[in-house]
Amino acid sequence: MRHRVKGRKLGRTASHRLATMRSLATALFLHKKIVTTLAKAKHARTFIEPMITKAKADTVHARRLVEVHIKDKEAFKELFGDIIQKVGDRPGGYTRIIKLGQRRGDAAEMAILELVDYSDIVEKEKPRKKVVKEKAETVEEANVVEETTETVEASEEVAEEAAPETEATEEPAAEETVEENAETEETPAEEAEPKAEEKKEETSDKNEDEKKDN
Amino acid sequence: MAHPKRKISKSRRDKRRTHYKASVPSLTTCSNCGELKLSHRACPNCGYYAGRSVFVPEG
Repeated sequence: MRHRVKGRKLGRTASHRLATMRSLATALFLHKKIVTTLAKAKHARTFIEPMITKAKADTVHARRLVEVHIKDKEAFKELFGDIIQKVGDRPGGYTRIIKLGQRRGDAAEMAILELVDYSDIVEKEKPRKKVVKEKAETVEEANVVEETTETVEASEEVAEEAAPETEATEEPAAEETVEENAETEETPAEEAEPKAEEKKEETSDKNEDEKKDN
Repeated sequence: MAHPKRKISKSRRDKRRTHYKASVPSLTTCSNCGELKLSHRACPNCGYYAGRSVFVPEG
């Protein structure tokens, strides 16, 4: 029976759990909206809401009670300045939890924990635009690369077409130098050899086929 | 202490396991973008929940 058993352990020791809650509360007061696991968000709610209720009194005693947990001066100022002003006389229920689904890796249920009175704050759209621009640039680059490769291919084709002609013209006027001859002779030889091999293979294949047929 | 008299046969074991079934996730359509999403969760596609933008999705 788990009658009257409150809260959850989060797989931590008491001191570790308290430290986690303090850091979550500090982060929430600073940023008004944090993403964490659902279990931590639900537990942090029971830690943060009473603290805001105490802070609303805005007395020296209240400040000292909150000071125990909130060591960050910026977050502390934010709570006693902006947040309790915005919260006004809301009777509890200062936070909202929105489920986000499971995260990659450990499939933990994630959630947004946010202050209800700051729900008008929407994330800036800037990062999204940047991403779009980067994508466009990469696409352009890809196009350029494709074009260059095409031109390279075209030039290669031209070169191949031109090469036999030059060889033909050189051959009559040949035998001026040995090196040139060597070059001109080598290139056709190289081209001819693979072809000959291919033909051989083809003929051998044909022979095999014929053998099979027989 | 009491102990099983017989080893559970493959047949009995497998018959028991016929009732272990995966459940169908409860999907709804997003009211903002129309994509399929898990109910009671922010839409992973557009970042909307309950008619307002909760987060800006990446990319």
